[in-house]
Amino acid sequence: MEDLKSFLIEKVLLFESDTLSSDTEKVLGQVRREKPAQPVVYLSSGTSSLIAGSARTYSAIENYISENALEAKLISVGCTGPANFEPLVCVHIPGKNKLFFRNITEEKVEPLLNGVFHNDINEDDLAGQTGTKGFELWPGIPFMDEHPFFSNQKRVVLGNCGCYDPESIEEYIARGGYRSYVKAIRHYTYDEVCDIIEKSGLRGRSGGGYLTGLKWKHALNTNANARYLICNAKESDPGAFTDRTILESDPHRLLEGIAIGAYAIGASNAIIFIRSGSDHARNRLQRAIDSAREFGLFGHDIFSSGYNLDIVIKKEPGAFVCGEETALINTLEGKRGMPQLKPPYPTTAGLFGKPTVINNVETLMNVPLIMQNGPEWFRSLGTENSPGTKVFAVAGKGRMSGVVEVEMGTSIRTILEDIADGIREGKDFKAIQLGGASGSFITSEHLDLTIDFDELRENGIGMGAGGFVIIDENTCMVDLVRYYMEFIRNESCGKCIPCREGTGRMLEILESVIRKPLNEESGTTLERFKGVMQLETIASVMKDTSLCGLGQTAPNPFMSALKNFRDEFEEHIFDRKCRANICRGLRSFSIDVEKCTGCTACASKCPVNAIYGTRLQPFFIVEDKCIGCGICFDICKFSAITVK
Amino acid sequence: MSTDLDTIIKKYKQGKREDLIPLLQEIQEDQGFLSEEAIVKTGTFLGLSTTKIYGLATFYDKFRFIPAGKIQIKICHGTSCFLNGSQSIINRIKEETGINPGQTTRDGNFSYEIVSCMGGCNNGPVITVNGEFHSHVKAEQLPELIKKLKYVIDND
Repeated sequence: MEDLKSFLIEKVLLFESDTLSSDTEKVLGQVRREKPAQPVVYLSSGTSSLIAGSARTYSAIENYISENALEAKLISVGCTGPANFEPLVCVHIPGKNKLFFRNITEEKVEPLLNGVFHNDINEDDLAGQTGTKGFELWPGIPFMDEHPFFSNQKRVVLGNCGCYDPESIEEYIARGGYRSYVKAIRHYTYDEVCDIIEKSGLRGRSGGGYLTGLKWKHALNTNANARYLICNAKESDPGAFTDRTILESDPHRLLEGIAIGAYAIGASNAIIFIRSGSDHARNRLQRAIDSAREFGLFGHDIFSSGYNLDIVIKKEPGAFVCGEETALINTLEGKRGMPQLKPPYPTTAGLFGKPTVINNVETLMNVPLIMQNGPEWFRSLGTENSPGTKVFAVAGKGRMSGVVEVEMGTSIRTILEDIADGIREGKDFKAIQLGGASGSFITSEHLDLTIDFDELRENGIGMGAGGFVIIDENTCMVDLVRYYMEFIRNESCGKCIPCREGTGRMLEILESVIRKPLNEESGTTLERFKGVMQLETIASVMKDTSLCGLGQTAPNPFMSALKNFRDEFEEHIFDRKCRANICRGLRSFSIDVEKCTGCTACASKCPVNAIYGTRLQPFFIVEDKCIGCGICFDICKFSAITVK
Repeated sequence: MSTDLDTIIKKYKQGKREDLIPLLQEIQEDQGFLSEEAIVKTGTFLGLSTTKIYGLATFYDKFRFIPAGKIQIKICHGTSCFLNGSQSIINRIKEETGINPGQTTRDGNFSYEIVSCMGGCNNGPVITVNGEFHSHVKAEQLPELIKKLKYVIDND
């Protein structure tokens, strides 16, 4: 192992020419396990695979290998993307193409591996094959990259995800990693690196879309005795998990991006600010930092370049708002994570008053690729003003879900209809929610818009950090807006009045809209109605006067839902009806006497004892008592309960 | 077995303000919660008033001031899980345990919290019980699950 380390440092990282010798390439090919001498089994191991049960699959495969005394290797890799396929197992038999199998839970392991090793493959579990020239094809098995989920994607940032062992720095270097960084610190000046990134036109992927190269230059040109680079990995929007997948699947490329960024602004301290729940990602990242340090990639006077760099991980203590730049800096300084007025911008006076650059995970992932392939390569991807690709966490009611990367300029329809394969179970499409808790809804009229910072902004839609939630007709928009508002209300830091009071008041009004009609005499109906009249005013005041992005964008889900689904709001307010039958307060149930068999199941489960009747005779529901919880509806085996 | 408070504090030799959050996090990781003693000691060490520390710690929702239950349930309440019914799971857990998120039952058996996204969107609603994932959870499964867990605690 020690030999391999010094080999990689001397023959790869410090090798001056762009093309490596064929002997070196041969060793690197072995590290990449391109032509393995023994079978290799790869297993996806990100959080979403763990939720699907990949930890048990891992031990089942381990047991199978040892019980059958096989000369085979088992390797944990990151997530390839399609969450529906997890746990995803890939088997590479020497000389043949790689075979992918989906949903391999522990009980499927034995029949699967028996089949693969004896040429009797169960077609049901098969996801596809991938391979290169010179390998034997599996006849009649489709290629993975021809699957619509992959064929419509452009995987650049995610190029390494699911392909290599994220805990092996050797493998990352064998895939070309850390070479751009070592080259940068040994041969380029700070300005040159900034220039390359500026030329590439890379824009911040956290939603704002500010030019990364320009941001770096601001920090570099500010006079100071210390500078900081912060990687913002605090991703806690409901329904967004792209950053975490990247951290779990390809931590080394992120570290390389951070290292190049830190060098470009002349910072010798970099901080990764990570979300508190992502323990799996944090552990992987920490191991990656440790092994990079062992290779001498971080530390003092790195490879005699005179450059020092230290990267540390800081765990976020649990507040949505501390993902905002200035709040993040406050948190790192040991204060409450409350935002501050800008200017001064962090690039002038950030952490401890020093120039600080804060970049999102996806932005930094692009940096090593730009350094490696040149800014023109990056410009050749995407659109003129938004070059490159964008990663989305596709979730919700689509048939396929998972982490998806498309070229900028791809239409939203392509993601919905081709990659996510449309809506589940023959339901109708209703909307897409782009960009987390404070994003906007995209309806069918906007599906042909393309993923491009400017085009989306012109249409009043923010790019967002990467949430792409597909919503079908079974969703009540009012309830969904209330859900987002509840989230934001809980997460508002409370510093400025519009956000603190506004979110609370908006939530209160939205709750009253979906609440069961109360006694008319007490004036509650009038109060509710007065509130409804105020909703739009509150929303616009919050948008204009809140201190930070959290408050300014908090009314977005409401505003765009009101614009596109006004009839649903009106139905809730005037007719006291929820067409999706979601809002508990507005539902009332009744029993179809024809279908009811008098089995007593509903009556015994009703939490408020609102169902009466005699055994084996039709039952009935007392409407005044019913709270609309729907337990009876879920439990009835004879579909005798109807919703009004 | 938890480490002595002083041993943890000693690691932060310089004792600067920016050490406050990592220090509190480490104490909580080690002891499970922030005790009054921990807050007072941290305050003396960093030269900060205890109200300031308490004010900061209550601002963030990952700090807790009572020990977590023997069984900790985390419920994912991301958009996808919400669309698939995580709200009814939260309601049911509330009914079953009689506590709010972040609290612990009097017998010290249960605590639960709501997290914004676990990333298992197509398997939602997702919950974890002491770190073990349960996917496609239905509200009506919960009483049975909790009963089973209670049995395990009682016979431990």
